[in-house]
Amino acid sequence: MAQVTAPSPARPVEVELRPAPPVDLGRAARLGLIGGVAMVLVAATGIVGTFQTRLLIDPILPLGLLFLYLLAFAFGWMAGKPPAALEGFAPARANSRNLVAGALAGALGGLCVGVLAALMSTFDLRGVFVQLSPQLLEILTFGLPLGAAIIAIVAISAVAGAIGAGVHLLPIRLKRSLLPALVWVMMFALFTDLVGQLFAGLSAEFLTDFLFTGRGGALTIVGAITVFIVVFVAYWLLGGRETTLRGRIEAMPRGQRTRFSLIAAAVILIILWFVPKVMGPFVSQVLDTAGIYLLMALGLNIVVGYAGMLDLGYVAFFAVGAYTGAILTSPQSPAFTPQLLLIVAIPFVMIAAALAGLMVATPVIRMRGDYLAIVTLGFGEIARILFNSEWLAPIFGGAQGITNIPDLRIGPLQLSTPQDYFYPIFLVVLIAAYVTYALQNSRWGRAWMAMREDESVAEAMGVNVVTAKLSAFVVGAVLASFGGALFGAQIGSVFPHSFDIVVSVTVLVIIIVGGMGSVPGVALGALVLIVLPNLLREFSQYQFLFYGVLLIVMMLTKPEGFIPSKRRAQELHADELSQDAWLDIYGDKPTTDATTTEPPR
Amino acid sequence: MNDGSRGTPILSLRGVNTHYGPAHILKDVDIDIYPGEMVCLLGGNASGKTTTLKTMLGYVKPSSGAVFLEGENVNDWTTARRVGHGLTMVPENRRLFKRMTVRENLEIGAYLRHRENHGADYDRIFEMFPRVKERLTQRAGTLSGGEQQMVAMGRALMAHPKVLLMDEPSMGLAPLLVAQNFEIIDQINEAGTTVFMVEQNANMALSIADRGYVLQTGRIVLNDTSQGLLANPQMRQAYLGELEN
Amino acid sequence: MSEAISVPARPIRSASRVTPVTIFLWGLRIAALAVILYGSYQSISSGRLSGAQWRDLLIFGTSTGSVFALIALGYTMVYGVLRFINFAHGEVFMVGAMMAFYVANGLAATSLWIASPFVSLLIVFIAAMTTSASLAVLLERIAYRPLRNAPRLIPLITSIGASFTIQYLVSGLVGPSTKDFPRMEPLRGTINVAGSLIPTSRVVVIVVTVIVMIALYLFVERTRTGKSMRAVSEDQETAALMGIDVNRTIVTVFAVGGAMAGVAGALWGLVFPSLNYFSGFLPGIKAFTAAVLGGIGNILGAMLGGVSLGVVESIGPSLVLAGYDIPAFSQLKDVVAYAALVMVLIFRPTGILGERLSRDRT
Ligand SMILES: Nc1ncnc2c1ncn2[C@@H]1O[C@H](COP(=O)(O)OP(=O)(O)O)[C@@H](O)[C@H]1O
Ligand SMILES: [Mg+2]
Repeated sequence: MAQVTAPSPARPVEVELRPAPPVDLGRAARLGLIGGVAMVLVAATGIVGTFQTRLLIDPILPLGLLFLYLLAFAFGWMAGKPPAALEGFAPARANSRNLVAGALAGALGGLCVGVLAALMSTFDLRGVFVQLSPQLLEILTFGLPLGAAIIAIVAISAVAGAIGAGVHLLPIRLKRSLLPALVWVMMFALFTDLVGQLFAGLSAEFLTDFLFTGRGGALTIVGAITVFIVVFVAYWLLGGRETTLRGRIEAMPRGQRTRFSLIAAAVILIILWFVPKVMGPFVSQVLDTAGIYLLMALGLNIVVGYAGMLDLGYVAFFAVGAYTGAILTSPQSPAFTPQLLLIVAIPFVMIAAALAGLMVATPVIRMRGDYLAIVTLGFGEIARILFNSEWLAPIFGGAQGITNIPDLRIGPLQLSTPQDYFYPIFLVVLIAAYVTYALQNSRWGRAWMAMREDESVAEAMGVNVVTAKLSAFVVGAVLASFGGALFGAQIGSVFPHSFDIVVSVTVLVIIIVGGMGSVPGVALGALVLIVLPNLLREFSQYQFLFYGVLLIVMMLTKPEGFIPSKRRAQELHADELSQDAWLDIYGDKPTTDATTTEPPR
Repeated sequence: MNDGSRGTPILSLRGVNTHYGPAHILKDVDIDIYPGEMVCLLGGNASGKTTTLKTMLGYVKPSSGAVFLEGENVNDWTTARRVGHGLTMVPENRRLFKRMTVRENLEIGAYLRHRENHGADYDRIFEMFPRVKERLTQRAGTLSGGEQQMVAMGRALMAHPKVLLMDEPSMGLAPLLVAQNFEIIDQINEAGTTVFMVEQNANMALSIADRGYVLQTGRIVLNDTSQGLLANPQMRQAYLGELEN
Repeated sequence: MSEAISVPARPIRSASRVTPVTIFLWGLRIAALAVILYGSYQSISSGRLSGAQWRDLLIFGTSTGSVFALIALGYTMVYGVLRFINFAHGEVFMVGAMMAFYVANGLAATSLWIASPFVSLLIVFIAAMTTSASLAVLLERIAYRPLRNAPRLIPLITSIGASFTIQYLVSGLVGPSTKDFPRMEPLRGTINVAGSLIPTSRVVVIVVTVIVMIALYLFVERTRTGKSMRAVSEDQETAALMGIDVNRTIVTVFAVGGAMAGVAGALWGLVFPSLNYFSGFLPGIKAFTAAVLGGIGNILGAMLGGVSLGVVESIGPSLVLAGYDIPAFSQLKDVVAYAALVMVLIFRPTGILGERLSRDRT
């Protein structure tokens, strides 16, 4: 059709900005109710009770209730958030109405908890809900009579919600100093053992004595205040500048940037060198596990993050690596005992993994994304069942697995402790990180990303989709198999039940939280999601609940992850408004046209 | 029908701004449609014509400004409620439900009038489009383009429209069918239904419409009677001239 | 114009070109066929199982498959309107089964359970249906509605998160222990159907499934709401412009799918009386397989696919695997189901009733 050129006299395009719509109280109320359900569930699944014994700051802050009211804070924060900016409108500014919204959300959340408390004090619900014990009621009501308790719960929640909303009113520099300070206090309080280890390793026990109630004790009030002030001041001095560290690095001229990265890498390496020495066996063990997950995450990042194929059976490749390594090195392997050194076995492990990758990838090449996810899940489960089966027990040992896997030996070096394993694991992780980084800007990387964006367009542009898909699967499989082989050697045995779907999902959570397609993001994801739960022992029984919730929350609010690859963020945030569509703040849309909802072919 | 009758507009937009996400699509759009009129909205590709219709129907909410139906601000009304009050759209490319039968398509047209008797409506549609009657039990996806257009018109008429919103009725049809189609639209208008028609085919649209608006990148840049628009030099140059090639 | 949604969405290049991949796939197809045929031949000719035993396996498979079919309806209906796999649907089923367990347990302590088993079962069914339906609707509202226009892997990942969340919430709320469904005396006997004795519970499962399915079919084909569901699944925008409340229709779809999963959950309790928070995972995957097998988006297909999968899964190990003298072949029952999934997607990705869903919305 004809392209129209200026049928009217030139007119000014500038329009004066319209005032932004005020924050929506109805939305705040809905958020409050959702938050209330979340708070009730946190209480009823036993999280509050389990963590109550843990004092965050001695003697005032038990962790259980803190979790409960952190939810009120979080939902208050959401309720008080000014709406996203629209073209032609002034950017929204928070004001006292936002505080009211936050308080409303918090209060409604608290009300739900109050109702729970009332129900608990009237009925015995333990026949069904095993955690709703009198002790929990005591905790929830602070030992007050019911009426007073409900008022107190609602009041505290409202205040927490208002504080959450108040975050939006803070000047940016204050916000950027305050939040990290609070987070650091939390970290010190939660990971007392870790901090104690660190100080002990640095022979700075006096710091432990100063900040905590004793070795292995809780953070004291003085300790909390000290940590707060130190971090606050540090961030205040650093902050205030609008650019982030990343932005500043990117703004550097090329030579300087290379120099900077080299120095940073050297510093990180030196720190890494000392980590196991300072941290001791327990923390090293946790870090080893994290390293192995990180390795898998880097591999899955290629398949999901770069190539856009959701592989839910990724654990199969980890298992192939572990079993191949075990069979080739262990004297106990049922069928075949070459008793190779792991170093020698590694090429065979890689070959086995590559073959497994091809085997899974070939049938799924022509499948659509969601089918691919389920079929790979099927492959993963098939692998686990076969490793577990009596039929193949003569090769894989069935449910007994393969034991007696010798420790890793490199030349004269015989590794045995978790501290020892830290080095090879992180060496492999670094290599893998380098490889994934390099792949990103290679021909393959570009082919993968083109394919992720739009398969048919990629194909039309000359990308060989078949090769691209196969290669992504193979590279991912090989990385996972390294992890498997190291895992087997470090633990000394492999059992089929280590290769559950839960592992695949955990790895998926890591890359999603970190940021699909982003290597630093994946590293952060592994650190946070593997290390923290393992260090916080009470947490382990709620780990998967937490992962599940995290997946949902991330997809709803930050699908590009915390350290996104830039490209991915643009793709996913094209429509800011749709983020909030579930609360109907813009009326009962759908605002979008079916043309944009149709998935890329 | 006529261009002189005024009074309360049956449908109007007042200072409407519409966004898709952060993108500003409609900018301060004012449109008035009076009862019985046939008005057209002309504009190039992606100028926001379809968005205008969707805003009228409330499928897209304006970020400021208001939609008035018979003088009442209907911003808070759902699409369904507006359809129930006589605002009916024939979408671009007809968009029949291809896996459903012709009869089911017509039933969907009368979705909000399920408590009423539809016998007379069917008779009217069969009279207008005898072909539709023959195809009642056939799946709509198997019909030819012209037949699909008839079913689409029939589906809209089943809703008893007061204002019929037509989105590019000429798109994708052979010239002969276009002419036929415009004749039918004219008939429907003559029978008393107000018509608001979106078109890229300016000549064709202005030949049957009373008035027209010209939309350019989301702004109304011209607004005149059909004769006025046909005589407007800018208009001739920008739309009509090029279209003659 | 109407390109199938359930096939690789690009013109299949391999039709004109022989690539290593096509050769591999053909090899795979032929190998699979050979394995199945040889195994079946071996086990049939060995005469290990009598005709009656085969028949029992068939009935067992049909009744288990009925449950899969009921769950599969939820996948297929949601896929129909939103084009995404609601991975958490297995958990919707599990929660329905949990509810059925608690209600049945409560009723078993009263005289009603013995005095009036029919009424008791009815209460159990209604409780399970409402619970599952509510959970499905809640999921839609909180987790999926905001993502209607997101790239398609996003809601899928969300639903994986929802699946985990529900599993571990249930584990936290009611404890991780396995629960035993109370027995119901009248269901423990057998019924004589055309000369063969069939366990009553199995008959009940099949009969209830058939009734529910017929009701659902009539609902979707004949009622105004059913038509609006079909309209929305075909073209959301146009449906909305015709005055259909799309959100409400989608909620209805989730509710109906959830209710079907609730029926399945209660039936599950009758046949497999033990249950924990993880019990939804496998039936969920299998029901999804059934939905694909039948042709996703197609309600009749889900019914057909469910029963076929149940039968394949129950007969398959004894028919094919036993032919190879595989020890403890029943361990590999689930492999059969997964293999069926992979094979269906390789052989016929559109499923049995592979309808070519139109995608004229581009
Ligand atoms: N659902 C949507 N999301 C984002 N942008 C859209 C959507 N629908 C239309 N647009 C954009 O709005 C503009 C106007 O679209 P439209 O009203 O369909 O134009 P017209 O009907 O005049 O061709 C176009 O630039 C189009 O890309
Ligand atoms: Mg248009």
